[in-house]
Amino acid sequence: MIMNSRKSDVDYGVFINIYYRGVFMQFLAMIYSTEDQDDVDFDTLIGQYAALEAEMEAAGVTFSGNALQPVSTATSVRSRNGRVELTDGPYAETKEQLGGYYLFECESLDEAIRWASKIPSARYGSIEIRPVMEFES
Amino acid sequence: MKAEFTQRELALTYRANSGRIIAALVASCSDLQLAEDALHDACLQAGKAWMDNGLPNDPAAWLYVASKRRLIDVLRAKSRKERKSAGDTLFEMEMQVSVSDEEELDIPDERLSLIFTCCHPALSRNAQVALTLKTLCGLTVREIARAFLVSDTTMGQRLVRAKHKLRVNAIRYLVPKKEELGARLEAVLSVIYLIYNESYSCYEGQSLTRDDLANEAIRLASIVCRLLPSGESKGLLALITLHQSRRAARCDDAMGFIALEDQDRTQWDHQLIVKGRKLLLEALAEDQLGKYQLQAAISAVHSEAQTWAETDWAQIIGLYRQLLLFDPSPVIRLNMLTAVAFSGGLALAKQGILALKNDLDNYLPFHVALADIEYRLGNKASSISYYEHSIAMCRNSVEQAHLKRKMQRVYVTPAVSR
Repeated sequence: MIMNSRKSDVDYGVFINIYYRGVFMQFLAMIYSTEDQDDVDFDTLIGQYAALEAEMEAAGVTFSGNALQPVSTATSVRSRNGRVELTDGPYAETKEQLGGYYLFECESLDEAIRWASKIPSARYGSIEIRPVMEFES
Repeated sequence: MKAEFTQRELALTYRANSGRIIAALVASCSDLQLAEDALHDACLQAGKAWMDNGLPNDPAAWLYVASKRRLIDVLRAKSRKERKSAGDTLFEMEMQVSVSDEEELDIPDERLSLIFTCCHPALSRNAQVALTLKTLCGLTVREIARAFLVSDTTMGQRLVRAKHKLRVNAIRYLVPKKEELGARLEAVLSVIYLIYNESYSCYEGQSLTRDDLANEAIRLASIVCRLLPSGESKGLLALITLHQSRRAARCDDAMGFIALEDQDRTQWDHQLIVKGRKLLLEALAEDQLGKYQLQAAISAVHSEAQTWAETDWAQIIGLYRQLLLFDPSPVIRLNMLTAVAFSGGLALAKQGILALKNDLDNYLPFHVALADIEYRLGNKASSISYYEHSIAMCRNSVEQAHLKRKMQRVYVTPAVSR
């Protein structure tokens, strides 16, 4: 039956696993925008990115990230029936391209959103945030 | 017979208290699914225990204590199992649980946190609405599915996906920080208003479910008002209360829709009107004007008029002007211009409404408003053509019938101009 055998009036404390509370998780923030459509010149943009990273460092956020070469340099790889197929360019032609990414360590999506919203490219592009999947070891 | 009685009591207790119980459980375990499962198990347990031993003194507290125990057992088992398999990555915290059988006095009210999480902007609006009705109002998947005219499977999947998203993104069950509170509260209020508006379409059949939705929206708005009193939360409750005062007059016997203009005002619920106005004044006293308070004020002005002709249009137009500052949407402009037309400014209103054609060409009320204005201006042919277009656009058979009746009026009455 569902009811367990303990039914005393005694107070008891239990150690309980609370999944994520206080646990840092990794979130990948993928920066999408139309290439060459920045709203400020390149140097200003780089400066704004540097400022964001300084702010994150000051706040003690663990993160890593990179900008990517333009999508014209991309190669798509598929392995089908043992044969490797390469395609010049991305798999799907879309207007907005992945231009870079950040990997944040945050406590929750809300915190990741807070940082992602400060990414300069969020002003004219969009940032897709996804939790990194964790596999049992 | 006794079993039936127990089941009915259990169902009533569940409907009235499940939101509060789930919210309290989630506050300690941060997992909606586990909380729901625990309450579900406790209900099964109650079905048997209450039949054997009679109803407990406080059935809600009984359910809460039983589900909390169940949750602790599940979490303890999980913790043991996962410590073995997943090593020591698990975060542990001590949860003091004081269980003296069914005597736990108060269920802590954590519903505000749960409402904010159910209406988290990372979820789609559909998911927000479904999750709110499921967890806070205790509606079943079937009831929600029926109310939103989707299949049980679709609604079930929507809920599972939403809960999964909350879990893997570690979205917390917390009232948002002060700097985010405004935007997040807006989402909560929109969800509640949407739930109410869904009930407002009383002419789609399914009237029973729809009445339930109205009551749930009022209940949710009251909870938010009590736990987070602000101008807009009170404004929303005032608005819904005033809308609700016209519920009986809004539908005819055949569940046909009756527009405000044609309603029998003696059927309005004057107690609710008084209550709505009082709420509105309290909201305005908070000195945080917003779109719900302004819409409630417009509704309150309508409720003061004994007849449609007596309506204080000047005040309504002024309130719409204010509302445009908060919500500069073409729909609000259309509503304001419609008020201008009713106040006698037909030509001016027509000109203004025609200027909205690009934005509102696919919006039924745009064409209906023009049909009515052309009728009042005495332009019979133009009015009829707008009505015909509206009827062709309209997908709701009852509203279609309503429009046909209005068009009939154009045919039979001689051209009038006011």
